[in-house]
Amino acid sequence: MRATLTIANKDLKQRLRDRSAIILALLVPLGMAFIMDLTLGPLADESFNTAVVIADADGGPVAARFSALLDGFGEEGVVTVTVTHDEAAARAMVASHEASTAYLIPEGFSAATASNGSASLMVVTDPDQPIGSLVGEAFADGFVAELNAVRLSVGTAMALGASNPAILADAAVSEPTPVRLAEGQTEGRGFDFATFYATGITVFFLFFTVQFGVLGIIEEREDGTMPRLLAAPIPARSILVGKLLASFAMGVASAVVLWLSTTFLMGAEWGSSLGVILLIATGVAAAMGLTATVAAFTKTAEQAGSITAFIVVILGILGGTFFPVTRVTGALTLLSRVTPHFWLMEGFGRLSAGESIVDILPAVAAVMAFGVVFGTIGLFRVRNLVRYR
Amino acid sequence: MVRDAVLECAGLRKTYGDLVAVDDVGFTIAAGETYGLLGPNGAGKTTTISMIAGLLDKDGGIAVVSGNEITTRSTDAKAAIGLVPQDLAIYPDLTGRENLRFFGKLYAFDGDLNQRVDEVLDVIELADRADDQTKEYSGGMKRRLNIGIGLLHKPELLILDEPTVGVDPQSRNAILENVERLGRHGMAVLYTTHYMEEAERLCDRVGIIDGGAIIAEGTRRELVSRVGGRDRLHIETKGDPSALIPRVTELPDVESCTATGSSIEVVAFDASRALPDVIFAVRDAGLGVQSVDVSEPDLESVFLHLTGKALRE
Repeated sequence: MRATLTIANKDLKQRLRDRSAIILALLVPLGMAFIMDLTLGPLADESFNTAVVIADADGGPVAARFSALLDGFGEEGVVTVTVTHDEAAARAMVASHEASTAYLIPEGFSAATASNGSASLMVVTDPDQPIGSLVGEAFADGFVAELNAVRLSVGTAMALGASNPAILADAAVSEPTPVRLAEGQTEGRGFDFATFYATGITVFFLFFTVQFGVLGIIEEREDGTMPRLLAAPIPARSILVGKLLASFAMGVASAVVLWLSTTFLMGAEWGSSLGVILLIATGVAAAMGLTATVAAFTKTAEQAGSITAFIVVILGILGGTFFPVTRVTGALTLLSRVTPHFWLMEGFGRLSAGESIVDILPAVAAVMAFGVVFGTIGLFRVRNLVRYR
Repeated sequence: MVRDAVLECAGLRKTYGDLVAVDDVGFTIAAGETYGLLGPNGAGKTTTISMIAGLLDKDGGIAVVSGNEITTRSTDAKAAIGLVPQDLAIYPDLTGRENLRFFGKLYAFDGDLNQRVDEVLDVIELADRADDQTKEYSGGMKRRLNIGIGLLHKPELLILDEPTVGVDPQSRNAILENVERLGRHGMAVLYTTHYMEEAERLCDRVGIIDGGAIIAEGTRRELVSRVGGRDRLHIETKGDPSALIPRVTELPDVESCTATGSSIEVVAFDASRALPDVIFAVRDAGLGVQSVDVSEPDLESVFLHLTGKALRE
């Protein structure tokens, strides 16, 4: 045990003097979390609103109904509606990005609609406001669909012998919509932006931080110090365990620093401390297993570092450390769920939503399973590196 | 086995597939003795000491250090050994002092470690740079620290594997002086080299190794005499020394003597013993001595005689 601690202490001292390790373990992740929170956070904090403009050259009842529809959304804060009779002015507002969508209602639109004639509602959108444009188009689509439904109803009634199309049209329009969409949220991940990026970046960089300890075994061989360690009166396993201990300590320490600093500086809400520590510890173990496996199948520390970086980036993307992966489907769903990153994010999401340590146990078990599988493979092979030649 | 032997090894063997790297190697080293393993690159020196240091499993034979048989797993025997590997084995981002302390702790140094570290720093003349990271050291300083780490825990047997390879002449001389001092202080030293002059300067006994086997062993003189080598004295006189030839030839330790002009050429069994008698004879004959040149056969010639090739081929 004495020798193990001596080796671990030496490794940690070396890592703390290695500026690149400190930068990668703390400064880069902390900086990235801050930047992402600063740039993307406001999008989540503010409710969506887009400006639209109606150029009503018609002035009829159908055009008035469309304006009333948009006014309804305006009261909910989704759109800000401007009405004009000048088509050019409406187009100019879109061109100058003052509005995302312009609706051009031509003269005679209401009359054409009522007489079953051909009518067109032109929609002009601003490509620089893609979301606003999509929403604006959706409003027009919905209105046109409703209008066509009314025309179909009236046409059907007339064919069956009804005599007054105006009364029929009013009756059709006044019928309540049978199906409405309601807003809701699924259970599970309860991230706000700050917490999402704080946990995502922590999980992502954890897998980089941990590699220093395990790759240190290869470095001892490359640097010629391994024979001297093996010649010392200590069991060979002390060397391996000392390295792993340093790796574990480094991983946990960097994650805890990120946890605390994002909590106090960014207002990230990580949830139960005990749960966070449990997830960090299992995450570090999984990262060590992965790095040990890579180290075991490569020849140099540089090669192992490059391959680890490649794998960690892929796992990070699949596992949802950069953006949520709840919407992925098909094979990607399966791929996502076999990454430790997914389960770590799942666990952190539940903790952030206020769930208890018991609720994250499935996620902990999944991460642990990954660690056990890769740790077993990796350590079985890495043992062979702790010997002469 | 030698009575006060620190290292006793016999029948050491190591193979890699069909290649026999070391075959039936055995020797002993007593306390205070410096033993040299002299041989060309690839002769099996490093493989031999790797087995003795417990780095490498043996395929045959036995090695006992201070009464404990050494294997790759034996900690007692390893504690009695200080190893100075051929390649630098120091941590560049730790200071010299931290390197020494780290290995001192690994060897569980029994005593005041800080004091011992200071002592070693003095011995290797790095006290004034002790707290600098070793990546700032010169090549010679790194070599000295490499040796210092091997000495730190006061081992009974110090193994140095070609410690002067790639070292500048000044540092090389400092290393050799250190090794000479260690022998005088009672440490058993196993020194591998392919430099004949280092073996002659440092080693009480030398094992000549080639092709994985020790082909000759003994003191320099024993090795030289085994191959029929003789010392030569070349004495320049101030007159005609031809009348001296019969008298000098009869001197003990002299095999033959010839005169050429004002000089005489003496072939001696032992130049150091014959030289005073030859000088007296020249002086008694009324001939002044202008110069004396002694040449002794070296281990290079022994190696050449035994193997038919030069040490550095």
